[in-house]
Amino acid sequence: MVSRVVSGAHYGVRDWLVQRFSAVIMLVYSVTLIAYLVMHQPMQYAMWHALFSYASMRYFTLLFALSLYLHAWVGVRDILMDYVRLTWIRLTLQVATIVALVLYTMWIVTILWSVK
Amino acid sequence: MRFSIYRFDPESGQKPAMQDVELDILPEGKMLLDALLAIKDIDPTLSLRRSCREGVCGSDAMNINGRNGLACITPLAELKQPITLRPLPGLPVIRDLIVDLTQFYQQYRSIEPYLINHDPEPEIERLQSPAQRAQLDGLYECILCACCSTACPSFWWNPDKFVGPAGLLQAYRFIADSRDQATNARLDDLEDPYRLFRCHSIMNCVEVCPKGLNPTAAIGNIKALLVNRTV
Repeated sequence: MVSRVVSGAHYGVRDWLVQRFSAVIMLVYSVTLIAYLVMHQPMQYAMWHALFSYASMRYFTLLFALSLYLHAWVGVRDILMDYVRLTWIRLTLQVATIVALVLYTMWIVTILWSVK
Repeated sequence: MRFSIYRFDPESGQKPAMQDVELDILPEGKMLLDALLAIKDIDPTLSLRRSCREGVCGSDAMNINGRNGLACITPLAELKQPITLRPLPGLPVIRDLIVDLTQFYQQYRSIEPYLINHDPEPEIERLQSPAQRAQLDGLYECILCACCSTACPSFWWNPDKFVGPAGLLQAYRFIADSRDQATNARLDDLEDPYRLFRCHSIMNCVEVCPKGLNPTAAIGNIKALLVNRTV
């Protein structure tokens, strides 16, 4: 039977768009970083250190990480919606995912700005 | 030719089982349905749906060697032996190759598959320009055989909530129709994380459609309209 309470949640478009745009940002970052690595062989610690000393590189990396987390949020939520049938378990897992992603965000900020 | 056919008789109390069948038949120029009917002549208890026997009614959709298709337009000679026949996956089996399509039709019904037009009825008919009519190509040909929806993992997991590729193709068929006036209401109904956005572009629907239609493209068009409306 078709469930009578599923139509009209009125969201989904934004998440779908977020997933696409975050993918583009991740692609741009990955291509840029790989191109940099290829052009600067052999890679030494000093160069790597210098690269991440630039504020622009830190913000670019943070943007990449945030895109990754938003992308992961939509994807993981999709998996939970597909496979986890009980609402309370699904909600618990979704909240756990959000908490983990917020902690990751704080963690990457700490890592990026610890480069002296 | 060798066949392996899914058999289930709800009255026997026994579990479903695959039955091996040998049939003396020349495959050239014959379709799978011809072989099935020949088998049914020998063993009348074999149950399957079929009607038009030329790929128009969509009754004899089944899982043929792991792929959904219509038995009546599947050339026998092209199939690898033993030819494994199962009912469409993901739906309750009534008997042998017959599945209960209630969930499939309920989803189809939920998208209101008819023109909604509040203008006074014209004398003869509601006219379309050739360009407007062309918008319906690739949409109206759907015969509702259920090959696509039952090949879709998203439909397997959420058949009560996700409309499925067949239903969404038909939803877009009415959204695209210049004579329909309920576009906004139709988009409202579909703007839902389950009803539309369970589609992850797996594209099994495109792969199996016996009419060569593209539900994923139709779903993409619906998403584009929703984006257009939102941003």
